[in-house]
Amino acid sequence: MKGLGTIFRRELMAYFATPVAYVFIVIFLVLNGIFTFYVGGFYERAQADLEPFFQFHPWLYMFLIPAISMRLWSEERKAGTLELLLTLPVSLAASVLGKFLAAWVFTAVALAGTFPIWLTVNYLGDPDNTVIVAGYLGSLLMAGGFLAIGSCISALTRNQVIAFVISFVICFAFNLSGFPMVIDVFSAWAPQIIVDTISSFSFLTHFNSILKGVIDIRDLIFFTTLIAFWLYANVLAIEVNKSN
Amino acid sequence: MTLSPTMWNTLPPVVPRQRMARAAIAFDASRGYASTVDTTFRVRIAQQACGCPGCRPATRPAPEHDAKKHRETGSMETLIEVTGLSKSFGTLQAVDNVSLTVRRGEVLGFLGPNGAGKSTTMKMITGFLAPSAGRISVAGFDIERDPIAAKARIGYLPEGAPAYGEMTAATFLDFIADIRGLPRATRAERIREVVAQIHLENVLDQRIETLSKGFKRRVGLAQAVLHDPEILIMDEPTDGLDPNQKHEVRSLIQAMAPHKAILISTHILEEVDAVCTRAVIIARGRLIFSGTPRELAARSRYHNAVTAIVATGEAAQATAVLARLGEVETRELADETRLTLLAGDGANAAATVQDRLREAGLAPRELFIEHGHLDEVFRTITLGARDGEVHRT
Repeated sequence: MKGLGTIFRRELMAYFATPVAYVFIVIFLVLNGIFTFYVGGFYERAQADLEPFFQFHPWLYMFLIPAISMRLWSEERKAGTLELLLTLPVSLAASVLGKFLAAWVFTAVALAGTFPIWLTVNYLGDPDNTVIVAGYLGSLLMAGGFLAIGSCISALTRNQVIAFVISFVICFAFNLSGFPMVIDVFSAWAPQIIVDTISSFSFLTHFNSILKGVIDIRDLIFFTTLIAFWLYANVLAIEVNKSN
Repeated sequence: MTLSPTMWNTLPPVVPRQRMARAAIAFDASRGYASTVDTTFRVRIAQQACGCPGCRPATRPAPEHDAKKHRETGSMETLIEVTGLSKSFGTLQAVDNVSLTVRRGEVLGFLGPNGAGKSTTMKMITGFLAPSAGRISVAGFDIERDPIAAKARIGYLPEGAPAYGEMTAATFLDFIADIRGLPRATRAERIREVVAQIHLENVLDQRIETLSKGFKRRVGLAQAVLHDPEILIMDEPTDGLDPNQKHEVRSLIQAMAPHKAILISTHILEEVDAVCTRAVIIARGRLIFSGTPRELAARSRYHNAVTAIVATGEAAQATAVLARLGEVETRELADETRLTLLAGDGANAAATVQDRLREAGLAPRELFIEHGHLDEVFRTITLGARDGEVHRT
């Protein structure tokens, strides 16, 4: 994958060259704090674990990740740099992957910024740190899934607002796909196997099982194939939709 | 069509000394819309009249001189070969069966009205868009089957010179050098070289989005030539630049021309005359003319016409004299009249006009042979092109 590293570095630097990175990180950390301590009742539970911290991640990511991913391709399209990028001697797959990885690493940096909560819980009690590591890993995987969705949607439009809104809706659907409000849409007419398949797409279900400290290979496969699928769709979206 | 050296001497100086500076200005300004003036002729007259080196208008090498130089540099290998290229968007046929070749040492001007399919064709040659039909070979590589190898040999300046606005010029060029795989040892040196050549030194640390249009265009240009590509494709490289910047870009193109195959699109006709060795015209997706800028100009009704500029007081008399020689067009200027004798045969007609006017006791302020008006030819060809009609010379 020649050029992947170069694309990755440029893209990652682009986040930090604008206020986007700092605004995002600050808001992510503040919201995490609010949810953990006020909504999640971190102290009131009096348990030495980070469940109140992690359990809100799917909901935070649902709207924060589209805010990162919306610019990935829409901006290239709007600024005309898509033409520049795609006429450089780099494969489209390398560009898609490089940009995705940059966004993912950026998310990882934001997530790493939550380390004080880990220090706090270790100071206050004696938590099972392997479960916490699994939680971080699961959170990062889930963020990757949302990012892949957002990146693909971003490739379909030159308008970042549209990219954000559509990505948000799809992320929302993936979060809730095990819940009645999504299942009911299908259960009335679709065969059971499709309903089951859809409900197995729920990010929440897979994430929650990782949160328990059990890293099931099926959960890993779920997130990695989901990322691969959306990135492949991303390549196709650009291929088909280059001209407008 | 040029006059033989002996002919110069037979012509008396017809440009009085005080008109010298004006003649030079008129020369530059006139290039803005038409290649109407045989500059060599006029400059020659000017030099005879004055002889002072400071008075000499700046001249550039005529395009046909460049072509000769290019032929002398040797190989004319074909670097871009486009065969039967078509592209349709839904029901719109944007490009229709276009074939063209560009050899090393050539600068091919790609002309056409807006929306004629110039950009679409360039986007296909550079591998951005996939053709609906046809083949594109770039330095021997098929752009569809071997896109990476082909793209590595192309330097491309897309329309509007897009670049990543949040990057500084320096980091952007670093990025391009990196992705183009310039060897690390010589990378910094090469970037310095290009930066000096394109005069980007003072803006290297500025973010590209804060740069003026001219500098943005230069950054785009630097990006395109950084890896010293064999093939250079530029979509309207001088669009929106001021005259000095245009001149600089053209000089740069001319300097690179002998070693590369260059394709530039433009709708500015002066550009064709200034830098191109060959021109093709495309309209409604079809190729309707292919030839040298000279051949293009030769299609003008003004080709080889003789223009005399006389004082308004003498206009009627001069018109009468010229009317005996053929059809005359007159145009009133401020305090003088411009008479153009159509259907002349250049040098002979010029001499005849000169003689007849002298016999009538008239002294034209200026007298020159027209090459032909490119804009007039362009209009005739692009508006008059009927389906399937191809002008080829």
